[in-house]
Amino acid sequence: MNELTAGKRVRAIVIGGSAGAIDALNVIVPLLPEGFSVPLVLALHLPAASPSHVPRLLMNKSALKVKEPDDKEPMVPGHFYVAPPNYHLLLEKGGCFSLSVDNQVHYSRPSIDVLFESAADAFGDHVVGLLLSGANEDGARGLLRIKEAGGLTIVQAPETALVPVMPGAGLRVAGPTHVLSAVDIGALLASCEPVRVAK
Amino acid sequence: MNAPANNGFELSSLLDAIFKKYHYDFRQYAEASLKRRVAAALTHFGCATVSELQNQVLHQPHLFGALLEILTVQVSDLFRDPSYYKSIREKVVPYLQTYPSLKVWVAGCATGEEAYSLAILFAEEGLLSRTLIYATDINPSSLRVAEDGIYDLRRFARFSQSYLQAGGRASLSDYYTANNSSVVLDRGLRKAILFSDHSLATDTAFAEVELVSCRNVLIYFDTELQDRALGVMRDSLRRKGFLGLGQRESLRFSKHADAFLELVPEERLYQRL
Repeated sequence: MNELTAGKRVRAIVIGGSAGAIDALNVIVPLLPEGFSVPLVLALHLPAASPSHVPRLLMNKSALKVKEPDDKEPMVPGHFYVAPPNYHLLLEKGGCFSLSVDNQVHYSRPSIDVLFESAADAFGDHVVGLLLSGANEDGARGLLRIKEAGGLTIVQAPETALVPVMPGAGLRVAGPTHVLSAVDIGALLASCEPVRVAK
Repeated sequence: MNAPANNGFELSSLLDAIFKKYHYDFRQYAEASLKRRVAAALTHFGCATVSELQNQVLHQPHLFGALLEILTVQVSDLFRDPSYYKSIREKVVPYLQTYPSLKVWVAGCATGEEAYSLAILFAEEGLLSRTLIYATDINPSSLRVAEDGIYDLRRFARFSQSYLQAGGRASLSDYYTANNSSVVLDRGLRKAILFSDHSLATDTAFAEVELVSCRNVLIYFDTELQDRALGVMRDSLRRKGFLGLGQRESLRFSKHADAFLELVPEERLYQRL
């Protein structure tokens, strides 16, 4: 199953989801080995004005440092980054984050498409895109972009997702390389190796 | 949004052309979000490639206004992030009250909501009559909306709530007249604000001010342009003057960090040393 990732060098694992995604992450994140050093970046749909509880929810499950990045913060290994509420989160070629308050995409800010498309643009085939349980079609186009750029694409198998709309759209639009349950996603991500970035 | 292989140099060529012909400088904007806006422009103008867009705007100058609009338009709210305004009220106003006259600069004011929010706050703190608020932007149509001070009524339920969360002392409706579908802000607020064209990318400091508020503007710049813009703000601030940034903007990654102290870190309020 993992022939596509054997030795796969990854700059970032970008993850999108809405309803039910936290449940999947609660399975996936504990499966990552201690010292896992590929940065993970999550865009999760949230009510715009509410303070985010996501970092705290994930913190309990993970040895990774969970944080909402500031604008132009450099992405560093050992972190699980979460898009701050009411901002789009984008990756820049130089390896730092940018934020934007541009219009919502698919009624969402942060939008998964915005994150995924920027990741594909910035890091090409050194990206893993993962689309989890969720209630709208945000992320499907972004996943396609990652695939077109040569990255690895994964959707949570819709029948295993709490809300199948989002992974279903990802499956239909992007034709992802892997369609897996949360447990298998965890095992696959754990096999990813970081890209050694020359300083 | 298609990303042809030569998107990179086509984009920089477009930005060079815009700068040379129209003197708007997007060359150091943060690439990821700028690319999305250029992609939106391709759709708007029905262009298949960035080169085609460049060709159109270079040879049909009347199209440039619409392109500028797509590249720069920004929407804000009255009292967006209420806790920011609450902190200004509680932590900054006490200093400002000791000055006989005040100047404030809202850098990148878009359609004016932030400038009017500060004007309302200053009015309630008894400061507005001795305050001049400069509100600047590069987008001429945004500045026109800002000068009119007329907004969609449907936005005001949310604005009223934010106003109260920001520590408003009365009711937001005290500051406007509503008709069927729109709201006209009080002319007294308008009189305290001077709206004008200013670019953080190409212009320099134009006044000495006690407070600069620049929220969710720097996020569109790369770090080098952020440093330039923050340098202009630093040069504009008198000693002990205040700088307010957006909720997720920080001086941490700037070469100007040492020129400021963190006054209210969680609200990104800084004080010039």
